[in-house]
Amino acid sequence: MSAHRLFDKVWERHLVASPDGEPPLLYIDLHLIHEVTSTQAFEGLELAGRAVRRPDLTVATMDHDVPTVNPLGPITDPLAAEQIARLRKNCEAHQITLFPLGSADQGVVHVIGPQLGLTQPGMTVVCGDSHTSTHGAFGALAFGIGTTEVEHVLATQTLRQAKPKAMAVTVDGELAPGVSAKDLILGIIARIGTGGGTGTVIEYRGAAIRGLDMAGRMTVCNMSIEAGARAGMIAPDDVTFAYLEGRRYAPKGADWERALDDWRSLATDDGAAFDREVRIDASAITPTVTWGTTPAQSAGIDGAVPDPDSFQTPQERQAARRALEYMGLAPGTAIRDIAVDAVFIGSCTNGRLEDLRAAAGVLRGRKVSPGVRAIAVPGSARVKAQAEAEGLDAVFTAAGFEWRSAGCSMCLGMNGDILAPRERSASTSNRNFEGRQGPGGRTHLVSPAVAAATAVAGRFAAPSDL
Amino acid sequence: MRAVRRVEGRAVVVDRRDIDTDQIIPASWLKRVERTGFGAGLFEAWRADPGFPLNAPGASGARILVAGANFGCGSSREHAVWALQDFGFEAVIAPSFADIFRNNSIGAGLVTAQAGEDAVSALTAALAADPGARVVVDVAERTITVPAAGLSAPFALPDYARWRLLEGLDDIGITLRHADAIASFERRRPSWLPSVRPGEHAMA
Ligand code: SF4
Repeated sequence: MSAHRLFDKVWERHLVASPDGEPPLLYIDLHLIHEVTSTQAFEGLELAGRAVRRPDLTVATMDHDVPTVNPLGPITDPLAAEQIARLRKNCEAHQITLFPLGSADQGVVHVIGPQLGLTQPGMTVVCGDSHTSTHGAFGALAFGIGTTEVEHVLATQTLRQAKPKAMAVTVDGELAPGVSAKDLILGIIARIGTGGGTGTVIEYRGAAIRGLDMAGRMTVCNMSIEAGARAGMIAPDDVTFAYLEGRRYAPKGADWERALDDWRSLATDDGAAFDREVRIDASAITPTVTWGTTPAQSAGIDGAVPDPDSFQTPQERQAARRALEYMGLAPGTAIRDIAVDAVFIGSCTNGRLEDLRAAAGVLRGRKVSPGVRAIAVPGSARVKAQAEAEGLDAVFTAAGFEWRSAGCSMCLGMNGDILAPRERSASTSNRNFEGRQGPGGRTHLVSPAVAAATAVAGRFAAPSDL
Repeated sequence: MRAVRRVEGRAVVVDRRDIDTDQIIPASWLKRVERTGFGAGLFEAWRADPGFPLNAPGASGARILVAGANFGCGSSREHAVWALQDFGFEAVIAPSFADIFRNNSIGAGLVTAQAGEDAVSALTAALAADPGARVVVDVAERTITVPAAGLSAPFALPDYARWRLLEGLDDIGITLRHADAIASFERRRPSWLPSVRPGEHAMA
């Protein structure tokens, strides 16, 4: 038998049919839904008189436009209220499990799936959200889909997909102290570019990846889409199994043993070839700050804003010039000299307990710089409860952070948590696109530790600077 | 879905690469529960600039958008496709597209014509010289032509996507022909895979 990659193994075991002249039909093990991209899909389903094929493989939560202050009070935005009400009604009508606002399990969809043990090795996971790639950290094939595809999965529990290519990103060596998974993935995207992964599934390999905990692996896979990849995957290992064991929807008893045997067989076989391979030296990665309007436009914290003329192609030069104009930055400015107005710690990239601990570790005994608005938004209600049990909320609030309830919040600014025009943020989220955090807002992506240090310094800083 | 064989008309050029779906339709528009009415939000922030190509006289009747590489990157929001269509676009021509955007487009009947960088540059130059030039995107032939400029170039579109666009077929209907295969697949799934019965979470 020829050598197979992790991706092939997961792909092949989900093939329902491969009809001539049509893309193969792939079975979907878990379909996560939320309020923003499901409404029109349910409407389409109902107009066609179709039912949800597998409500038991469909799980819903509310995250994108939920309030993070007083989440159980009346929702003041009538459009958000309507969207949330529709999700509730659709889940009731179709017998779909919903973790609504107020539930102990509510939260950002990519935080709650793993937390509940719903995301497991070898599964296919989809959601109407591009950061579904997060779940690949467990060795699942997980990717974002649009509303028409959401309807297709609701109706058939399958998707039609042409098989993507497979790319290997191998990170050798060890990350230096103070360098996080977020810095690593920003470094990877800077090297391969925003379109470098288009049409592929990336498998992250190598010692530095194996050395990450599950939170770090999720951060890396989460941002695969920012390199254009369909999905990111990491082969499951003992770190994965230890994370899963005992979680609510993880296999139990004899099933657990059977599952473990199966999961151990998923790793890429020795000698398997990839369509494209990239090698990165972990020791070259430093704390990273984006300066532009794509996640690939970044520099080390010791670096400076580049000169657009230093880029190789006319397209890159034009993109850099536009980005600097939008960001209000001059070439040559030291990253540490850039002052911020706001700091956001949260999102499906960096809103897990480990991220909050990293930030709180920097903030303990320190104060947010006067004039900086800082908010911490746990990725889920359970993360919030765990953080509070450890006293992290007290660390954040004593430092001058606002301590919020779970949701996407300022990651995409749908719920009113936004930047004003020209306001500048240090954000642990995943997108620094123009206006992502509010029209005219300027976003710099960073790790939780750098976000916390920056909140204290009032300008970009590493914890070691304080 | 309506069948699309040929898109013909004026074109607008937005000469930028990495145009993300947050630019195409900002998040504030995603609260709508309809599939229509998104045209007013198309490129909302960029349209505040009077010099933005979509503000040019004649752009409102355009059927074709020409843009830089990696068009539609970022968020999976299909609303981006609906916004382009609601504005009147039936095809987008670019050197490359982000994967999710391309899938969403095909599902909604928007043609994504992936042409070579050189062809897109030539098209951009032709439209700079004659902004009103008629452009033809032929799905059956997979060609882009600008008759007045004597320009013709092939574009890439997977066979299946082409077939669906030409026939106006919806995927669910095609897939349900495989209902037996789906059911037999389901009987073979391993016992440990998670399933969540409604109401079960109440005990948590
Ligand atoms: S936290 Fe941000 S990236 Fe993640 S699902 Fe929410 S909006 Fe999307």
